[in-house]
Amino acid sequence: MTLPPSRPGTARTDAPSPLLSVRGLKTHFHTFGGVVKAVDGVDFDLAPGEILGLVGESGGGKSMIGFSIMGLIDAPGRIEAGEIRFEGQDLLTLDEAGMRKVRGKRIGMIFQDPMTALNPLYTIGNQLEEMLRLHTGLPAAARRARCIEMLRDVGISQPEERLGNYPHQFSGGMRQRVVIAIAMIAGPRLLIADEPTTALDVTIQAQLLRLMKRQVEQTRASLILITHDLAAVSQMADRVVVLYCGRIVERGPTSQLIRGPAHHYTRGLLDSIPHEDRSQRRLHQIPGSVPNIRKLPPGCAFAPRCRAAQPLCREVEPVLTEFAPGQAAACHFPLEAKL
Amino acid sequence: MLGYLLKRLIQMIVVLWAVSVLVFVMMSFTGDPTYMMVPLDATEEQIEQARRLLGLHDSHLVQYWRFLSSLAQGDFGRSFVFRQPAMQLILERLPATLEIVSLAMAFALVLAIPLGVYAGANPQRAGSRAVMAGSLVGISLPGFWLGMVLIFVFAVKLQFFPSSGRGPTQEWLGLRVSFLSWEGLRHLILPALTLSVGTLAILMRIIRAEMMEVMKQDFIKFARAKGTDRRGVLFKHGLKNALIPLITVFGLMLGDLIAFATLTETIFAWPGIGKLLVDSIYRGDRPVIVVYLMFVAFMFVVVNFIVDMLYALVDPRIKIK
Repeated sequence: MTLPPSRPGTARTDAPSPLLSVRGLKTHFHTFGGVVKAVDGVDFDLAPGEILGLVGESGGGKSMIGFSIMGLIDAPGRIEAGEIRFEGQDLLTLDEAGMRKVRGKRIGMIFQDPMTALNPLYTIGNQLEEMLRLHTGLPAAARRARCIEMLRDVGISQPEERLGNYPHQFSGGMRQRVVIAIAMIAGPRLLIADEPTTALDVTIQAQLLRLMKRQVEQTRASLILITHDLAAVSQMADRVVVLYCGRIVERGPTSQLIRGPAHHYTRGLLDSIPHEDRSQRRLHQIPGSVPNIRKLPPGCAFAPRCRAAQPLCREVEPVLTEFAPGQAAACHFPLEAKL
Repeated sequence: MLGYLLKRLIQMIVVLWAVSVLVFVMMSFTGDPTYMMVPLDATEEQIEQARRLLGLHDSHLVQYWRFLSSLAQGDFGRSFVFRQPAMQLILERLPATLEIVSLAMAFALVLAIPLGVYAGANPQRAGSRAVMAGSLVGISLPGFWLGMVLIFVFAVKLQFFPSSGRGPTQEWLGLRVSFLSWEGLRHLILPALTLSVGTLAILMRIIRAEMMEVMKQDFIKFARAKGTDRRGVLFKHGLKNALIPLITVFGLMLGDLIAFATLTETIFAWPGIGKLLVDSIYRGDRPVIVVYLMFVAFMFVVVNFIVDMLYALVDPRIKIK
């Protein structure tokens, strides 16, 4: 079945439609040890130009949401159910050739580790230019000019000379700048950044976050920032989605959620952020660890680690309920909102 | 760079010297070759005369010294049998061997690369499993058996190709080669095919293993996230990285094929250096054996040197020091 190339009006009948709308997404991994429900029924929307933070501990399935949107889930993983509607089109109905036209051109992605994301055998220029060869009809001279411009944009000095360099001649921070340049050069409407600063020095993290924010603001693109770093999210994101064991436990506007989290897990994450102004003996931590995701307990997955857990929590799974404007949490006994 | 070349040159001289000592020591255990040269009814006197003529009456140490000092003057010794310089014998036959080895390597690479990439990129598919099973067969088949089967099927029964010999040759860049004429090419195909099967199977398995490793890397996923098509992911981003370890193996296998295409050359009566080696061993033609083995050692040293250069060429992280 082929659709006409553009059908204006079909998706945009009702008011400001979201750029991306994820509904009931389930991405499962069928391993020898059982089924890992890395993403288990996740819904969220993303408005054009919006920055959304996806937050959770390692193993919480947040990276798999990014890869699901990109259509880069490999066996034994599979998208079991759901809908990923991007610019009015359900990406899950596209075949591989269709997805290739989305990847890079309409959705860009930044990987966690800049030391391994670039191919060691090709120059920076070659890898950057590859994007323009794939997604634009620009002639060679124009491609080169655009690459130089893009490298300068992401803060790489002497871009003309740097084009001929190989990845190993760059520092980690510089490589991540190159990765950002590659992700942005074809002008995507959405940028997915998967733990973009985790592998970098603390001093460079803030620079790169600012760079990404500036890049998406300049091009009016949206950004999904996947991270375990709530501090980074609080500076960057308009809205936050908190994930635990593949499910959304809380979501809401950033400042509101940080001032008054409703879910005990969000509270725990916030308490774990070190504060410079408060003299602390020890950092807070959430007791216990992420449960075996193959054998999740019945009821609330967070209950075994939750101080407020009641017998009800261990039996009935709480549903995501909106209790303040725009803010929703999946908890039977939410914290009082401090508005 | 100059220091590096000098280091490699000294290394090569040491290797060649060690090989010459080894070969001479081994020769001293293999008995007196004089008896292979003289007629069965030769008298004691004639045998003694022949021994003197061949320089075999001296001790091994003296013989070795004579070998080294003439080597220093560029003389590699003369064949007992042909009464010709041993090096000349080898160089005369070398083009014939290089020709079947080149063709065999071309066969092997042309098939091993796509098959290995396919099997490495889709390890679960039935096609990949079939390819892997086939490669096991390829490794297990003895070359002499395969050669005889090919002769039986394609030369005797179907009569597509001649069963042995080199056929007509032409002059090309000062070398005598067969591949320029159709008839010569027909003579080339069966021995080259026989020679290529084992190499093909091993190269393919290595490419597959390397591809499987490379396909797990982050930069492959990043390439896919860029929207690169399957071909670009496999061949531009995948294969080039998989080739790095392959270069070493390829170099060694190439040297091995050139040096020891012996069985195949014997079966097809192909007048290359492998056949010269076998004939020389049968006839106890010591000077030829010594020079042959030194030549092989030299070739391996050169191949290794080229491999190192190729590394630096393919992988920008490697600098020649």
